[in-house]
Amino acid sequence: MPLVELSDVHKSFHRDSQVIEIFTGLDLGFEAGSFTAIMGPSGSGKSTLMNLIAGLDKPTSGTITVGGEAISGYRPAQLAGWRSRHVGFVFQSYNLLPVLTAAQNVELPLLLTSLRKSERRERVEVALGVVGLSDRMDHYPRQLSGGQEQRVAIARAIVSDPTLVLLDEPTGQLDAKSAAEVLELLRRLNEEFHKTILVVTHDPHAAQKAKVVLHLEKGELLEKGAVAR
Amino acid sequence: MTRGRLVWANLMRHRWRTILTTLSVAVAMFLFATLRSFGTTLDSLSQFGSANRMVVRHATAIVFPLQMSYTQRLATVEGVTGVSWANWFGGWYQDPKVFFANFAVDGPSFTALYPEILIPEEQKQEWLRDRAGAVVGVDLMEKYGWRVGQNVVLNGTIFPGEWQFTIRATYTSRTRAFDERSFMFHYAYLDERTEHRAQPGWFYLAIANGDDAPRIAATVDEMFRNSNAPTKTMTEQAFQASWMGMFGNVRTLMNAIGMAVVFAILLVTGNAMMMSARERTGEVAVLKAIGFGNRTVGAIELAEAGVVALTGTLLGVGGATLLWKNIRVAAIEQFIPGFQVAGNTIWIGAGIALLLTLVSGLVPAVRASRMNVVAALRTVE
Repeated sequence: MPLVELSDVHKSFHRDSQVIEIFTGLDLGFEAGSFTAIMGPSGSGKSTLMNLIAGLDKPTSGTITVGGEAISGYRPAQLAGWRSRHVGFVFQSYNLLPVLTAAQNVELPLLLTSLRKSERRERVEVALGVVGLSDRMDHYPRQLSGGQEQRVAIARAIVSDPTLVLLDEPTGQLDAKSAAEVLELLRRLNEEFHKTILVVTHDPHAAQKAKVVLHLEKGELLEKGAVAR
Repeated sequence: MTRGRLVWANLMRHRWRTILTTLSVAVAMFLFATLRSFGTTLDSLSQFGSANRMVVRHATAIVFPLQMSYTQRLATVEGVTGVSWANWFGGWYQDPKVFFANFAVDGPSFTALYPEILIPEEQKQEWLRDRAGAVVGVDLMEKYGWRVGQNVVLNGTIFPGEWQFTIRATYTSRTRAFDERSFMFHYAYLDERTEHRAQPGWFYLAIANGDDAPRIAATVDEMFRNSNAPTKTMTEQAFQASWMGMFGNVRTLMNAIGMAVVFAILLVTGNAMMMSARERTGEVAVLKAIGFGNRTVGAIELAEAGVVALTGTLLGVGGATLLWKNIRVAAIEQFIPGFQVAGNTIWIGAGIALLLTLVSGLVPAVRASRMNVVAALRTVE
């Protein structure tokens, strides 16, 4: 059974009096340990798909199951708790809190756990070590380059050892060198640490690093009923 | 790091805005506590007084004198166990603009009626022996650096001329009905220097039973109804209240100004907190995306408002409490002796801090907890 499974997922938005259909019966699955890139033009539903899998949004109908849990039926409070345990998020514009140091930003998801301060500190050091920023722990985001900021964001996403790491255009604001470093890091996370990674991207170079590339167009998956392995 | 550290980091994002908002709350709460204290101090002063003492004054106003001959007649009223008398002197020392209470009392009967006024026994005997002697409150002694045995000259206003006294005793007071900043001398000296033209300004009565006060008041007032100086007799507490009642409108005005200041600062703080929360919409969305629940992000917003409101209130009310406890301002003490922040003002201040937290923090907190993460992230992505 896939780690993530979407069955007959429908999603529509209301804009004024109009109903905009994004997905009409989407079926899709991701195996544990997969590294998938979802590509597609703007408006194809990539970000909506990621929001649904992350439990930030709910489908109009259909079922989304992650690790055997049918999250599509969860209430918002349940979803928040579930996200803190199972989802690591990386955004296009890093979204680090400017008033916190790199270490403090990485520690944020751990504040929702029952870990002791020393355990949290240990995990933060490991996560920043994995992304190669052990020497930047006490730097504030304004003191880091874009690539470093994105690596801190990745450390924040993996620090709680989530089931899934979701990345929305992670190289969208980076120069070529920084983008290559980030993509290499994602490859390592997948191959060495067996993280299940889903990347939404426009960037063909980013997609090349993935083991599976899926294409969305107008809410339709070109690879029908695909299961990314 | 802790959630508290996160709250603190958010507050320090715009350090000067936070400091200035907190200071504006502090100033408002200082003003509120100070202005309200005029009313509470007056109230507390008006409640002092023994249930077993009464005051007889002229029916028209206290400025009109009574007659010395009343003394014997008052002593005959059933239930009256002691009579004393006094008169306002109104003299000044060194500078006519500097005021302190000074009046003539009948020493032996006055000290018998007022056991709460504590005079060392030896000094009391010295004072009673010296016709030109004075007994002075310890605060006043300290203010002018006087010492027992020193000669002090008061310039009379109601009774003109230079009046020389020798300080024979100091007193402390166990009742707030009597402050420790008065200067008292012998009525007999006043009477002698004015060639027996002095008349008592008021009488003090000691009564056996406080429950008899209405009857005694009615009896006394009836006794002098048709005399040249009709009387108004009241309990000591009512006498105090009649003095304090003169401030009635001022008290209402001060309370109104205090509340207006608090209301204004409520709006200012609310605006600052909402502005701060709006700036961080994206960050709140990120927190929610990584798993912070609605209640947690709401609590963080509320905590920020709480820190500003509580710190400001602590500085303002605490500052006012300490200041007025330790510093005596002559201009205030002249009219409201013992001016200080009452205990219930501190509690009301705490209540206002809570209200301020809720009013200024609730809107950002509710907004943060209800925020649609997807829509909010779209605005920052």
